[in-house]
Amino acid sequence: MIGIEHYLVVGAILFVLGVLGIFLNRKNIIVILMAIELILLAVNINLVAFSAFLGDMIGQIFAMFVLTVAAGEAAIGLAILVIYFRGRGTIAVDDVDRLKG
Amino acid sequence: MDYTASLYATGAEIGLSIAGLILLLVSAWTGTRYARLVTILAAAALFGAMIFSGHLMAESTAELTGDAFGGLFRADAFAGFAKILIYAATIACLVVTPKFFDARRQYRSEYPVLMLFGAVGMGMMVSAVDLLTLYIGLELSSLASYVLASFARDDMRSSEAGLKYFILGALASGILLYGMSLVYGFAGSTNYLAIRIAFADGFGTGAMFGVVFVLAGLAFKVSAVPFHMWTPDVYEGAPTPVTAFFASAPKVAAVVVLARMALDPFAGQIASWQQIVIFAALASIVVGALGAIGQNSLKRVLAYSSINNVGFILIGLAAASAAGASAMLVYLAIYVPMTIGSFAALLMLRDEDGNALETFDDIAGLVTRRPAIAWSLLLLMFSLAGIPPLFGFWGKFVVFQAAVEADMIALAAIGIAASVIGAFYYLKFVKVMFFDDRTERGIATSPAGHWAVLILAAVIVSPLGYLLTQPLGAWADRAATSLFIPV
Repeated sequence: MIGIEHYLVVGAILFVLGVLGIFLNRKNIIVILMAIELILLAVNINLVAFSAFLGDMIGQIFAMFVLTVAAGEAAIGLAILVIYFRGRGTIAVDDVDRLKG
Repeated sequence: MDYTASLYATGAEIGLSIAGLILLLVSAWTGTRYARLVTILAAAALFGAMIFSGHLMAESTAELTGDAFGGLFRADAFAGFAKILIYAATIACLVVTPKFFDARRQYRSEYPVLMLFGAVGMGMMVSAVDLLTLYIGLELSSLASYVLASFARDDMRSSEAGLKYFILGALASGILLYGMSLVYGFAGSTNYLAIRIAFADGFGTGAMFGVVFVLAGLAFKVSAVPFHMWTPDVYEGAPTPVTAFFASAPKVAAVVVLARMALDPFAGQIASWQQIVIFAALASIVVGALGAIGQNSLKRVLAYSSINNVGFILIGLAAASAAGASAMLVYLAIYVPMTIGSFAALLMLRDEDGNALETFDDIAGLVTRRPAIAWSLLLLMFSLAGIPPLFGFWGKFVVFQAAVEADMIALAAIGIAASVIGAFYYLKFVKVMFFDDRTERGIATSPAGHWAVLILAAVIVSPLGYLLTQPLGAWADRAATSLFIPV
């Protein structure tokens, strides 16, 4: 029998993968954008699982909002990435080092 | 609350949204030609929203009158106080912007529109009494901020700042959202009041995780230690008017959201979040004081200064009392003119070719070249350091007083000791400007708008500011009491 805890474990694993993807990734920034999407997916799994478990619609409505905002966020992230690439000609994570103190 | 009353309570945000959409269409059709006019109209809309928020705050009553739209949005005095500060700070940042970009022919009419949407998002955040409204408001202001940070497209530092801000901001939103999903799951509702009732008997392990994630996400937004690492880079890279905006309005909004979160839905379990806040407050004060010491870039120094100030504000929250919340608001109201004034002075420092003078070496001997700017900066820096005759001292005083009244004498003592370390780099400004040999680089004349903002800020932080303590204290008390409503 699959209960709420199975969904929460999947969500937690996805969340940790997303966070690790941001911090351990040394290659390129697109991978970071994918990791951010992974985090938001983990949140959605949590919300929908809780919503079904509690018999309460708010969680599913919340998930819809998260999906919409995630689309806007990805669009802005890619736009910033494009102007960055135009100026620097690279999107390697290790090259993002002009600002240091 | 019926539908008309709900619309009335959200009037400021609805008005600003409509103004933003209309101005967006205007800028889409006319390109950059009317950028100046769009800026003026945006500032006028913000001014209107500020007056309306003040009016709502004046007529709001202490007892709970009901939340707009079925418990999503609350226009109480606490939100009103924050909104007045947010809209005023946004107007000040709009006033100093056009001349900055004119030098590089980069000003576009999208800029004021983005500021307007950012302000709408912040207004929603501070009024949110439901996790859903909070999330939408937070994202609206964050998405606008990411674009603003990378607004100077040809400047590599600006697009790098935008990229860093985007990645870390999105991570923070993700952490916050994950915490919200856990809080929702274990409380069974996204409404603040329902969460408070559900958690009245204590948190389980899962809910505790949720609370910690939510607090961590919000700490990121206020740039409290240990989630501060993005601040110096983003502040240095973003165009200076945008940095002034980041250091003022979003910070007010995030601090107020954090306070409402801690003192409304999690109010039943103060002991469990208090230690986190105390740690963040002390760590921010110390890191903000020590981190700035080796820096040569003035914008980085001001970034560390803002981290330092957030620490003092969080001391007010750690007190977890109405006096503490009121002290936070007073501190914020003094912090905003101080920080905007400092950045306005920084904006005025440019050589005849329009290049910004952004390091300590560039401002050596400033007093012989631009005495008015140097003396204003002296007032602002002494005020940021909290030296007594200036108004910045009052903010620190009320915060520490609240901490002492809440029996947190050790916290107050460590905070005061660390603020002495912080005084070092504020005094370094003064030493470099007044006692070092002047450099030969000329300084261009400054536009009237920059002077107006700088002088207004300097007057507010000067001892004349103490005339404001009475009304400011009364309004802050009123706002803080509206936060403490028994279930």
